[in-house]
Amino acid sequence: MPVLRLLRRNLVVIAGLLTLAYMILPNVVVMVFSFNKPNGRFNYAWQRFSLDAWKDPCGVADLCGSLSLSLRIAFWATLGATVLGTMIAFALVRYRFRARGAINALIFLPMAMPEVVMAASLLTLFLNMGAELGFWTVLIAHIMFCLSFVVTAVKARVMSMDPRLEEAARDLYAGPLQTFLRVTLPIAAPGIAAGALLAFALSFDDFIITNFNAGSTVTFPMFVWGSAQRGTPVQINVIGTAMFVIAVAVVLLGQLIANRRKSRAGK
Amino acid sequence: MTQRQTAGGDVRLTGISKTYGSFTAVRPLDLTVPQGSFFALLGASGCGKTTTLRMIAGLEEATTGTVSLGGTDITGLPPYKRPVNTVFQSYALFPHLDVTENIAFGLRRRGIRSVKKQVGEMLELVQLGDFAHRKPHQLSGGQQQRVAVARALINHPQVLLLDEPLGALDLKLRRQMQLELKRIQTEVGITFIHVTHDQEEAMTMADTVAVMNGGRVEQLGAPADLYENPRTTFVANFLGTSNLIEGEVVSAGTKGAGTDIVVAAGGGRIRLSAGRCPAPVTSGGRLLVGVRPEKISLAHADEAESITDGRNRVTGRIVDSSFIGVSTQYVVESPAGKALQVYEQNIERDTRLVPGAEVVLHWNPAHTFGLDAGQPMDAGVESVEDAA
Repeated sequence: MPVLRLLRRNLVVIAGLLTLAYMILPNVVVMVFSFNKPNGRFNYAWQRFSLDAWKDPCGVADLCGSLSLSLRIAFWATLGATVLGTMIAFALVRYRFRARGAINALIFLPMAMPEVVMAASLLTLFLNMGAELGFWTVLIAHIMFCLSFVVTAVKARVMSMDPRLEEAARDLYAGPLQTFLRVTLPIAAPGIAAGALLAFALSFDDFIITNFNAGSTVTFPMFVWGSAQRGTPVQINVIGTAMFVIAVAVVLLGQLIANRRKSRAGK
Repeated sequence: MTQRQTAGGDVRLTGISKTYGSFTAVRPLDLTVPQGSFFALLGASGCGKTTTLRMIAGLEEATTGTVSLGGTDITGLPPYKRPVNTVFQSYALFPHLDVTENIAFGLRRRGIRSVKKQVGEMLELVQLGDFAHRKPHQLSGGQQQRVAVARALINHPQVLLLDEPLGALDLKLRRQMQLELKRIQTEVGITFIHVTHDQEEAMTMADTVAVMNGGRVEQLGAPADLYENPRTTFVANFLGTSNLIEGEVVSAGTKGAGTDIVVAAGGGRIRLSAGRCPAPVTSGGRLLVGVRPEKISLAHADEAESITDGRNRVTGRIVDSSFIGVSTQYVVESPAGKALQVYEQNIERDTRLVPGAEVVLHWNPAHTFGLDAGQPMDAGVESVEDAA
């Protein structure tokens, strides 16, 4: 049977393609339905092709406001978590201090704890402190849970770094600051970047913790959730598609630059 | 680049030591490295040689003592303020910078903008002109090593420190780099302090070798002097191979008068010049008598009569022989020692010299040295095998 033989020979490729399809299919659905013109308020059945939503992405009340708020929170949460997380990671790898073991374990807590429990306990904490729920409480919560991911990513990188490189820099007339900026940071950069990307994605995406601690503030995931009760505007798919395309473009660009650098250095 | 450094001076370590908690890495030691010399710190791993080097570089703080350079005390200076550069064991090239930027690193940190010409000269000195834009991981071990040397030398340091720089290279490349480093040192005239566990490397390259053991300097001197006149069993065994024979002093001799010391050992008598025995000698006391394997001649027992008078003799039986091209190495069992080593040049080989043959070992008394019998006879033997 030639068909069977063909299957057997390409089993790995077929399995790979199927997995890829499994992962990409939801995104394709979002993309396709961003060009839909639904009858009524729900965008669940295909009617006909239209560019209406793409022409007016902010056409739904509060959508772009919530999007920009989410982006702002994600930006500051990423910045805060990356700076703090990088410092914690260096401290944990490079220094021996009293509570090191405890901190190492505590850092994993936000990752291990069920998100809804974390959300509820944070709310209790904020209410007891008399904090006003809104942008700041959401930001504080996001930095907190992003921190663990940044620390994990950076720690792995710092552990594989040769401490002799920094000694070499100091030996070659670089003071402590110069050594950090010229040697330590560039070498740790891939780990820090990975941590930052992860933090951004997690913060932008987060619903449960945000929903508990946002008060009357509405982030993009909360907006989507809220509107899903009453009807789903096509613009949500437009934003989703745009984010997907931008993310893929960034990854491709990064690979392109890396490849070019490699081929140039190889000359 | 070719002119000698006019500024600079000797490196002087005074009472310098390093302890980590209860562990003493380096015992208080005094050491002077003359300007422009190629100086080797030789010893097995853990003997304190790298720690000593790192204290000169400023990467390790000295527990006691001072480091001075050309008369200036630099003990308190951080590494980036010392006119000293290091070639690290693992090279420690910056992986994110290409060869040019690695070499230019020191110049740039001191605010020098136009580095192109100097980097070019350095690349030429280490023969890496075509590799200026490669990243370190695209270079072979030997090439990385040269970049590490260039990166340090471009700063015209007063002293270049080399921490086992050839340890990661294979034997052939190591030989080549030994000569290369020696050439570079002669060319630039900078003081080189070289840390190594390889006694051949130290003897090939250095003008002066300091043999370190257990955190202290055992002996210091020119390679030939250390080899011919070891003062301790450690040096005798660590530098090359020595046959050490314990015996009883029959006649103590006198240094000035030129009378020889006579030692009874292994049923015979061994003579040595009183000037070649640093240990105190008293009639009736014990003494270790040493002789290098290549100084010994081997004669079949049947020809014992033909050996010239006045030579030291030891009788024995060959237990093992190995042919290694230029020479044959014999192991001889004798009343004087269980496994005496003899290296014979392969010139006129006596076919009777095979394992089992009764032989006479004989050598010129001038090639015999004496050592204090109060020290372990096999000090330094194990460590050679560990390091190899």
